[in-house]
Order: sequence, then structure tokens, then C-alpha cells
Amino acid sequence: MWALGPIGFATPWLLLALAGLPVLWWLLRAVPPAPIRRRFPGVVLLLGLEDRNQQSDRTPWWLLLLRMLAVAGLIIGLAGPVLNPDRAGLPRSGPLLVFIDNGWAAAPDWAARIEAVDAALAEAAQDGRPVAVVLASDVPGEGLPLRPAGEWRARLAGLEPVAWAPGYGAAMAWAPDLPGTEVLWLSDGLDHEGRATLLAMYQRAGDVTVAEPPAPRLGLLPPRFEDGAVKLELLRSAEGGERTVQVAAIGPDPNGIERTLARAELTLAPGALRAETALTLPPELRNRLTRFEVEGMRSAGSVALADDSLRRRRVALVGGADREGLELLSPLHYLRQALEPTAELIEGALNDLIQASPDVVILADVATLAEPDQRALAEWVAQGGLLLRFAGPRLAASDVGRGIEDILLPVRLRAGGRNVGGAMSWGSPRALAPFSDQSPFHGLAVPDDVLVSAQVLAEPGPDLGERTIAALADGTPLVTRKALGEGAVVLVHVSANAEWSTLPLSGLFVQMLERLAVSTRPTRPEAETLAGTTWQAEQLLDGFGMLVKAEAMAGVEGERLAGLAGPDLPPGLYAEADRRIAVNALGAGAQLAPANWPAGVVPVWDVARAAQPLGHLFLLAALLLLLVDILAALRLSGRLGGAVAALALIGLIPLSEARAQEGEAVDPAQLAAAAEVTLAHILTGDADLDALARAGLDGLAAELTRRSSVEPAPTISVNVEADDLSLFPLLYWPISATQPLPSPAAYGRLNRYLAGGGLILFDTRDGNLSGTGGSTPAGQRLRALAAPLDVPPLEPIPLDHVLTRTFYLLGDFPGRYAGQPVWAEAAPPDAEQAEGMPFRNLNDGVTPVIIGGNDWAGAWALDAGGRPLLPVGRGGAGERQREMAYRFGVNLVMHVLTGNYKSDQVHVPALLERLGQ
Amino acid sequence: MSPAVLRARAEALAQPLPPLLAEARQLAASIQLGEHGRRRPGMGDAFWQYRPAMQGDPARAIDWRRSARSDQHFVQEKEWQAAQSVVLWVDRSAAMQFSAAERVTKADRAAVLGLALASLLVRGGERVGLSDMPSPPMSGDLQVERMARLLMAEEDVEYGEPRLTQLPAHGRAVFLSDFLGPIEAVEAALARATGRGLSGVLLQVLDPVEEAFPFAGRTLFHSMSGGLRHETREAADLRDAYQARLAERKAALSALAASHGWRCHTHHTGDTPAAALLWLYHALERQR
Repeated sequence: MWALGPIGFATPWLLLALAGLPVLWWLLRAVPPAPIRRRFPGVVLLLGLEDRNQQSDRTPWWLLLLRMLAVAGLIIGLAGPVLNPDRAGLPRSGPLLVFIDNGWAAAPDWAARIEAVDAALAEAAQDGRPVAVVLASDVPGEGLPLRPAGEWRARLAGLEPVAWAPGYGAAMAWAPDLPGTEVLWLSDGLDHEGRATLLAMYQRAGDVTVAEPPAPRLGLLPPRFEDGAVKLELLRSAEGGERTVQVAAIGPDPNGIERTLARAELTLAPGALRAETALTLPPELRNRLTRFEVEGMRSAGSVALADDSLRRRRVALVGGADREGLELLSPLHYLRQALEPTAELIEGALNDLIQASPDVVILADVATLAEPDQRALAEWVAQGGLLLRFAGPRLAASDVGRGIEDILLPVRLRAGGRNVGGAMSWGSPRALAPFSDQSPFHGLAVPDDVLVSAQVLAEPGPDLGERTIAALADGTPLVTRKALGEGAVVLVHVSANAEWSTLPLSGLFVQMLERLAVSTRPTRPEAETLAGTTWQAEQLLDGFGMLVKAEAMAGVEGERLAGLAGPDLPPGLYAEADRRIAVNALGAGAQLAPANWPAGVVPVWDVARAAQPLGHLFLLAALLLLLVDILAALRLSGRLGGAVAALALIGLIPLSEARAQEGEAVDPAQLAAAAEVTLAHILTGDADLDALARAGLDGLAAELTRRSSVEPAPTISVNVEADDLSLFPLLYWPISATQPLPSPAAYGRLNRYLAGGGLILFDTRDGNLSGTGGSTPAGQRLRALAAPLDVPPLEPIPLDHVLTRTFYLLGDFPGRYAGQPVWAEAAPPDAEQAEGMPFRNLNDGVTPVIIGGNDWAGAWALDAGGRPLLPVGRGGAGERQREMAYRFGVNLVMHVLTGNYKSDQVHVPALLERLGQ
Repeated sequence: MSPAVLRARAEALAQPLPPLLAEARQLAASIQLGEHGRRRPGMGDAFWQYRPAMQGDPARAIDWRRSARSDQHFVQEKEWQAAQSVVLWVDRSAAMQFSAAERVTKADRAAVLGLALASLLVRGGERVGLSDMPSPPMSGDLQVERMARLLMAEEDVEYGEPRLTQLPAHGRAVFLSDFLGPIEAVEAALARATGRGLSGVLLQVLDPVEEAFPFAGRTLFHSMSGGLRHETREAADLRDAYQARLAERKAALSALAASHGWRCHTHHTGDTPAAALLWLYHALERQR
């Protein structure tokens, strides 16, 4: 690829064609635009006229320039210009190693990194180079995992950052024996130990390109609880201008739905690398916090999980009656001292304390409780409270737990207790035995100077062993615990002051309280306090800072929790019994140092600026120029008018078609008609005739309801000028000689009605005396009325017409008159006799009109009492004729509603035969 | 040629006739034909004037009823109503086939005007005919139809020249053409017609485009059948020269007509034909 500044060309030799442009210039100048040819008789008058201006012979210079530019654009476009082509210019060979720092710091711009790698891989694929993509967190055993670039590209989408900082330890172990390879190092912009060494190793292997995002990284330190406020600290890796960051404190609301409970604003001053803020929250709110997030950033480093260190247990202290003046002997003194920094202490009457819903109730040397207090306390414990009792002289002196087990004591107590190491006793004070691995205190170191000189003794029993969680060296239970409901009752068999033992004086006392979740630690626990515990991950952070539920992860040793996050300790929330410890991507006191590269290596971040083909832009520009050229050439040759008109026409076509539909109000009667089959007649303007037509249709409707499943709604009178016809399957149109002609608009509607499958029954009511001649007034009127209608060719209804058998078998269609032909749409000329049937195959199409003069409405009409309105014929023959008239009406409505269904029945035998097969 | 083919051809030929004739008749009907004599004494039915009897008047010519009222003898003269022969020359050359902007062609307009005039004249009892008809002018509707039939045919020349096979002495002549052809031919025809004692009118039928010359840009003009051509680089520049030449041609035509006692007029196809017909009719009337 040959490059010209930032633009390279795929096929540079095509640019040689640019040299031909001057030739083209000369050619275009020489050839004037083609003339319009016009036939014009007046040419005879033009003969011999000279053109005044010789100049327009030549193409004007600006048109030439336009064309030159278009052709140049075409040539350049076809030469395949590419913006930011491969920097080295020439295709490279040899393997390529893409090394990606995939710690949390890389997460915010991970997509850009993947894009950059993709671009590099695309280039490598073009050059046919083998590629190895290595993540800092996942370094291969040895050698380069070389594969074709395309294979790696397919996997790129699956690569993800990890939530910790992988560091370069593994890479440094792997890199020394790399074969010669070019290295593309996507740094996360932070300094990790061993960077320089790794760089040197890579440089030994080949050329190293370092890509590093220019934006400084941000990291949120774990929240600390200091002076009653939550301290948040934000770090950034490089100095920069002022930057304000919103940090959201997130936790479940009282309904358990996670939401932002508070917001803090941290402002990094210009040049400052860290910012701090204190968030003062009410304890109820604070205890619900689960994490802090830098808003708008997706990285594990911008999420700080909150754990027990932010929680403050509410501990209710209930002591025996104070011995005045003996502060240091107060059973509560040591507890206060131990719990004050880490817990919220409340003291008072027991029934008040339980109302305050404490997490822990500590009874220091309280023997008996009032009955209501006892019950309330037991209920509270059963609901999940922790009752911690300390022994003392009063407990030892009381009868509580003697004989039978007290509900608020884990074990039965022996009367009297024992004293050891005193002047009157039989032995020396006893030390503590190491904690068993069943004990919550397992792993705590037992100081030698913790001695017990007096205690209450537990009555031996079958469950004493399992209830003992700490014992003296001789096996005497020192701390016993029993579960009660969801809570627990713990009894420390010594007093809470230093009278009976030195335990309250030792650090072990605090650690034990902590293990019992009475207190929470103020800062991250030291390794030794965590020794011997095993923690289960509850929730884990992924590299983008999303919390996911941890699944099937092996437990983590407590000691490990004190260290930094890593592959074996992914950041997340770890739990042991009631305690929670958060492991964050950034440990307390972490520093963010920007990666400093030696002078020879200049990190770049335009790998993402992949080679951009520009060819299409040039071609598009050339095309536009050619379009302009067409217009200009038309303008020059005087043909622009037509072209503009054509363009305008093209522009106008949609306009003329875009016509807003006019909403029409719907008549309720019409709405009702749409819901049911409705017979309708057309208003003629002759009141008597209209009434007769209506009565006739009502009579027909009554007969239909009686004889068939068609149950028409009450008849509607239709005004052809105004009403919507499309709702009616059948229009009865009696003709009166005086009827006015409908307007053209009404004819338009009638024609649409007929074309849309409607049927109009024209009735001249004159016995069709006129025949086709139209000699009666009604016949003539019918001719005038029907002339504008779109009526197909007609014929007298043949005997095989479907009307003769839609419901009844009919041979004639009488009304008050009979025997006259009735006209309907003519059968197609090619209708054939159906095989074995006495009629022809006349499928498809309901006849749009039926014309006759039999005065059907007159025959159908009934009066209010259900008696015929008008006489038909004479005697029995007349009644027979009326019956036939009704049958015709039923057939007609059936024909309208079912179409040629009856005609199709011809095919039933054939269909049955086919189904049988 | 079988009768069927002949019939088909005849039908095809006759088909455009009714519209053309109908148009012409409709046009002719738009002119109110009053009682129009020759406005001079002569043979006829209508009274013209009484004049004192002069030497040589036959005795039966004397109107005794009038003479009885005075001492003089009067002769009643009738208005001369003898039929005139009018020949029309309608240019049917290729140039007349020109039309622009969906107007009728000049040939169509000329034919319609000619036929309308013919039917008017026939109604007035005159004999009409085309100058290039084989038979002399005749009277009657059939003659108009014959003329129409002849006018359907297009001539295969670029510009029309008057062909005067029928020149009834002392008749009238009407030339309908665009007169864009050589003016010498018109001059010769006029001289010949005047020599035979004919007087008449020249009606120049032009398309408005031919008058306005609304062209621009590089243009190659060619005549209707392509025989003549003229190329220009900028048509708009030629407009003035063209219009000057056209005016010159019109002036020459007018001068020619005036010198022979004819009348001359220009009609544009963009205008209504009734005006032109009216002018034609009156022009013929006045020359009587």
C-alpha cells in the first residue's frame, strides 16, 4: 500500500490515470455540447444567419472544471484510498502477539480495546500473519498460542476483563522464552509490578507497540467508617483538570428493592490524585448499604462493596445493680470498652431495650428476670436475636438453671460454681484450651496469660459437648451456646469483669465478641483474626463492576481474605455465619500509579482508528459532480426547463396523492344496520310507494325469519343521496314514474355498490307490460334511472339460474303479477352444461341487478295485523301466487347472502370422490 | 383488391372525415348568415332599387305599379344573386404539419377554416372547390365532403406552392398557407389569378412558436421532412434576426396582396378559428 500522508491507496497505479486529465480537458474543450434537434418550419428564414457569439462553441471553463473534478474523484475513488493505513506501509510478516491487560482498569474502555485488537487482527489477517492473543490474567503455559487471525477475531467478543489487577507475575514467567514476534501491548494505563521487566522481555522478542488509553483511570477505595460518617475516597491514576464524580450508595430499601439510597459528590481538584468525602447517614440507612458505585463508569475498580465494617450492631447492655464507686468492678465496664468503637450501645430497662430491637442483648451477671421480661426476651431470641450472658456472683448464687434447663441459659448449672487458684482451693487457675474446629473461635490464638480463677459449672448432660464452644484446659466448658428459634443464647461462664478471670483484660475478649458477631470490626480484619475460618463467596463482582451471584465456589481461607483480590480471591462479598467481608478490587490504601514507559516506547491510542476506506466517499462525490454536470449541461443547451419540470413533477406526485381522509360521522341507524342483515329499499319520493316498499320488505323479513335462519333487522329506507349503501346486501328499488334522477355523486355511490357485490332489485310494478320497449311510464323512468348505472349485459333469468334453487325450486318469480320475464346478469357465453346436471356451470358472481315488473313488494306487504295488504290474483290460485312470491323473496335473499353456493353444489360429488381417495 | 380490403380502406379514410367536417360545420354555424345579396343590381329575387327607365330597357322590365304613382317610368332592379365561384387553395405541405405545445397543426387549422368557409359559401348558394381539384367548383354539401376528402391527403413537398388548375374567371380565390415557401411562387400564382380576373384573400396560418421563436441554447433546426437544416450555437441570439425576417416576409406578402387588390391576414393556431373565419367571410364579402 502506497501512502500519501495519512491516506494510502490500495491500487496506486490507477492514480497514473490522473495524468490523462489534461488530455480530457483538451478533448472536452474541443467538443461542444450536443445540440438539440428541433423540427421547425421557420428554418427557411434562418438560413444564412450567423451566430453572433463564437464563444459558446467551447464548453465553459467551470463546466470543464466540474467534469475534471468528477473524473479525478472517480480515479481517486477507484484507486482505493484508505485513511490511516498500516503505519509501516508495507505488509508485515511473522507472528504477532497481542497482549491485553485485562484488569479492572481496562474495563471502562473495554469495547474500544476489543475494537483496536479487532482492527489489528484484521490487518494481520490481511497480511496472513499468525496471531496470539494473550490476556494478562490468562497467560498460556509456554510458547505462543499462534492461530490464524480470523480465528482469534471470532473469539474476541468472548474476552472479558477480570475484576482484579492481574499483574505481570505470570507473564514474566512465560515471556523470557518467547520466539521472535511483534508485540502489541494493550496496557490498562496503570503501573503494575514488573512492567519494565516484561517490556524488556518483549523487546527482546521483537517490535513492541504499546497502546494505552489517554484518560486517567479512576478507582474507588473501600468505604471506611470514621467519626460517625462513611468516608469515601476516590483515586485517579494521572493528574488532570477538575473532575466531579457522583458516587451512588446503593442498598435495598425497606421493601428489599435495590435502589440508590444516597449520593455523594467527589470533586478531584486540578492536579489532585485523590478526593475524599464523608457521607453522614442515619444508622438504619447506613446498615442497609451494600455498595458504592461511581456513576457512569463500568469497572470493578469503581465499585466498593460495603460489609460489616459499615454496620453497627445495636447492643443492649443490662447489668446487675451497680456497686457504687467501683467502676472498674462493674460487669459492664469491660464490655463497654470493648464494644464502644464498633457497636451502638444502649442501656436501660430490659423491656425498653427490646422495644428498640437490638441485635444483641448482653446480660452481665443477671440471674432472674421478671416473668414478662423473660417471655419478651425469649421471643426476641427466637426471632433471631443473640442473647449473650455473662456469669457472676449473682448468677452463681441464684437458682436459675438448677435442676431443669432455663430457656435463657444454654446449659444447666451446678450449684455454687467453683473457685480455682485461690488460697482455699485445690489447684491453680486454669488456662484456656485451644479452640476446637467446631467452635466459632477456631483459629484465634489463645494467650497464655488468660487465666480463669472462678466460674459457674455446667451440669454434665448429653448435649453439653456440642454446646460447648470454648473450654478450659481441663475441659471444663467456658463458653456454651444453644440455638433458640432462629437466634442463640450464649453463656460465658465467667464474669464480664476481671474478678473471675483475666479474659476481659485480654485482646482475645474483643476477638471473641467479634466472632460472636456482637461487635463488628472497624477496619479490615488482620490475617490472624481471620485465621481458621472459611468464607463462602455470596456475590462476586465481574470486571465491569456488576454483582453476580456466586455459584459453586470453593470456600476461601480466612487468612487469604486479608490479602489483595486475585484469581483465587475474586472481588465480591464473602460470608461466614453472620459475618460478611467485602473484598474489593482496590484494597484499603491502594495507590493508582500511571504506567511510565521508557523513552523508547511511546504509547499510542489510535490503534482504534482503524484503516478507513475512503473510496466510496470519492465515488459519491464524483457521482454528485456528474449530476451537477448534467444539470449544468442541460442549462447550457437550453433543456433545463423540461428537466426542472420533470423533477418538480416527481416531487409533486406524492403531494397530490397524499390526501387526508375525511372522517365521516356515523349514523346510529347505519351502525345498527351494519350489525345485522338488513333489507333496504330506496326512497322514491312517493310516500305511498315508500310505505308499500317498506311494508313489503318487512313482510319478506318476517317470512325469512319464519322459514330460514336469516333473521333480518327491521327494514331501512335509504336515501340514495345521503346514506351509505355498502351496509345493505340488497336494495329494493320500486320505480315510480315521477321519481327524480339521483345526482351524479349518488350514481357514483350506486355504481360502487354494484361493483362491490351489492344487488339492486328494480321493480317497475307494472307487470312488465312494456317488455323491453319501455312504453309504460315506469319502464321509461327505469330506463332513464338505470342509464348511468354500470349494469352488465342482461338476459331473462334462465331456468338454470342459481336463483331458481337457492332455497326453493322455482320456475317463475311472481309478485302481484306473474309470468313475465325477469332480467338478471347474462350468463357467460362459454357456460357449459354441467356433467349429469340439468343446468350449466355458472359459478362466480352474484348478479348486480334484477329487473322485473312483478310488484313483489305488493305481494309481500303485510299490514299491522299480519294480513296481506294487497290482493293477489283470485282465490286459491292467488294465495299460491303469493306463496310463490315469498319463495322468490327467500330465494333472492339467499342468493344475495350465499352467492353461488347452490351452484357450487354441482361439484359436491366430485369433491366427495376426491376426499374418499 | 378484394371488396373487403377496399371497404376497410374506405372506412379508414372516411373515419376522420366526420369530425373534421363536423368541426368545420360547427364553425360555420357560428356565423350568422343574413340575407346577403351581391349588393349590386342584377339577376335575383330580392328587390334592390327603382331606377328611372332608360333607353334600351325592355318594356316588360318596367314596374308599372311604381310608375303609375308618378310621371316617370321606373324599372325595378333586383339584387344580383348570381352564384359566385370560389376556389380555395389549402396548403397541405409538410411545413403545415407543424404544431407546438399540443396545438392543432397548421394544416388542420387551415383545412378546418377552408371547409368551414366552403360550407358557409355553399349555404349562401355559391360554388366552391379546391384550386387543385380536377373538376370546377360546384355547389352542394357533397362538394364540401369531396373537398374534405381531398384535404386529408398530405402533400409530399417541403413548402407549399399554390397549384391553380381551376381558375374560374372572375371568381374568388382564397389561399390558406403559412407562406413560408418561396414567395415567388405565390407572386406568380397571384399574377395568374389576377390575370383571370380573380380577386381574393391570403390567409397566413402560423403557429405562435413560429412567431415568438422561444428557443435557446445550441440547436439544430431542420425542416419538417428534414430537407433543410440550420445549426446555431445559441438559438436565443437568432430570435431578433428571425423575427425581423418574418416581419419582412409578412410585409412582402401584404404588399403583394395589395398590389393585386387582394387582402392579406395572419392567423395563429393559438387563436380561436372563428375570428379568422369571420375575417375571411367579410373579406370575401367586401370584395364583391
